[in-house]
Amino acid sequence: MSGDQPAAVRFEGVSKSFGDHVVLDDVSFEIPAGSAFCILGRSGTGKSVTLKQVIGLIQPDSGRIFIHGQDITGMESRDLTEVRRKMGFLFQDAALFDSISVGENVAFPLRRHTDLPNHEVLARARAKLKDVGLEEAFGQMPSELSGGMRKRCGLARALALDPDIVLVDEPSAGLDPITSGEIDQLLIEQRREGVTLIVVTHNIPSARAIGDELALLHEGHLVAQGTADELDASREPIVQAFMRSRGT
Amino acid sequence: MLGASADRVGDAVLETLAAAGDYFAFAGRAFLTLFRPPYEFLETFRQLDALGWRTVPLVVAAGFANGIVFSMHTRAMLQTFGAASVMPQAVAVTMIRETGPLVAGLLSAGRIGAGIGSELGAMRVSEQIDALEALGVDAFNYLVGTRVLASIIALPILTVTMDFSGIMGGFVAELVTTGMAWHLYIVQAFDLIGFTDFCASTLKTAVFGFLIGTIACYLGFNTSHGTEGVGEASTRSVVFSSIALILIDVLLVKLTYLVFPQIAMV
Ligand SMILES: Nc1ncnc2c1ncn2[C@@H]1O[C@H](COP(=O)(O)OP(=O)(O)OP(=O)(O)O)[C@@H](O)[C@H]1O
Ligand SMILES: [Mg+2]
Repeated sequence: MSGDQPAAVRFEGVSKSFGDHVVLDDVSFEIPAGSAFCILGRSGTGKSVTLKQVIGLIQPDSGRIFIHGQDITGMESRDLTEVRRKMGFLFQDAALFDSISVGENVAFPLRRHTDLPNHEVLARARAKLKDVGLEEAFGQMPSELSGGMRKRCGLARALALDPDIVLVDEPSAGLDPITSGEIDQLLIEQRREGVTLIVVTHNIPSARAIGDELALLHEGHLVAQGTADELDASREPIVQAFMRSRGT
Repeated sequence: MLGASADRVGDAVLETLAAAGDYFAFAGRAFLTLFRPPYEFLETFRQLDALGWRTVPLVVAAGFANGIVFSMHTRAMLQTFGAASVMPQAVAVTMIRETGPLVAGLLSAGRIGAGIGSELGAMRVSEQIDALEALGVDAFNYLVGTRVLASIIALPILTVTMDFSGIMGGFVAELVTTGMAWHLYIVQAFDLIGFTDFCASTLKTAVFGFLIGTIACYLGFNTSHGTEGVGEASTRSVVFSSIALILIDVLLVKLTYLVFPQIAMV
């Protein structure tokens, strides 16, 4: 798509089953660097599995996955680690480290991968928490946070290293409309700064706001892919059903 | 009918063998990780504190009680032979040779094994292990390597603590019954214990540490089925590491006698 620069993420005929349950069946797509891609789909269709494959946490049964043109399928774990450092991942359930504080969760990737002095690490962690409106929770433990706060802390951690590619699994689930709108704005800002976004969401208005392209995953296939307008014009009943919803 | 149940037994055997194979691969990888950078010093130290240091009170209490009780039982018996004067030697030899290592090992299997099993199990089911990987951290090295190393270091130290507490307990019992002086007690206690003897018995517990660490990490790391799985990982860590420890102990005692025949002479 984008001339000489390789796509940020490319799936080539990816299939994945768990036992005899086929989750993805020959799925291919391409996300140009610097664009935002929203994945829609009903519960249990494999959206989270797709995201985890992008970052190599789940290996596909067949097909190939490229990150910035580099094939990551079957890659050595050491090399995969290098690739992952340039990516940020927000887990559906946040996956905060519950033995360390909220601030230390966000500081964790900075401590691991930079040589910044301690005060600088803490300052950056605080700034990232501020971006998601969670500055005051810096010293709290993850178990003391609400579901939506955990989500936002997870997002701050995912953005801590200013990654090129940000993968977010349902950023607005469990958030009130105001906070959810703020998170959308934050993601749109990231995108404006040149970050590639992959967002899994059930929230159609926010998908419209964030996504350059939307894709609908249904029964193992990408049944539709295109801009919000293109999907609006689709005659597929499942696509229509999704695009007309206002779901959260 | 018979065929079907034979099949089921066959399946169970195969499954057990596969799990054992998995464990050995895991333990082998953990062993290699110990010698390969990057070394996670800070995290290892934290684990040493969380797993080792916090087991100390338990070991001290158990060792002390053990020393007193052993003295009380043995004194009566030795007196019938008119040999009550060798009480200090009896306490020290029993503690250092076998009671110390084995009891410290079993207590650690309970305390450390359950701790690692449930912590890693909870981290697995709440996707924290995946989150580490996603943040570009080698989760095996960071979680397993550090805990196994911490267990290996902690066990001999806990064992020495146990030995010493037991000998102290024995002394208190002796003091109460005969009013024996401390220095006399200690001189007698170490009369029969050679340095090789002490080292062989104590250092073998590093193997216990490796077993406890790898078994608990293996079960925790491979937890599935949510919260229920976490409890199971914790319980099974204790059960399997205790059994493994007792079996290995028998082998190691045999081996020590083969390598250092002079110990067997006492
Ligand atoms: N580790 C796993 N082992 C077995 N099955 C799995 C595993 N991970 C996911 N699945 C299955 O794959 C399917 C897709 O799961 P996934 O989590 O990707 O759904 P999803 O689209 O993210 O749904 P939701 O919107 O509810 O989060 C589900 O049927 C799930 O049961
Ligand atoms: Mg999901």
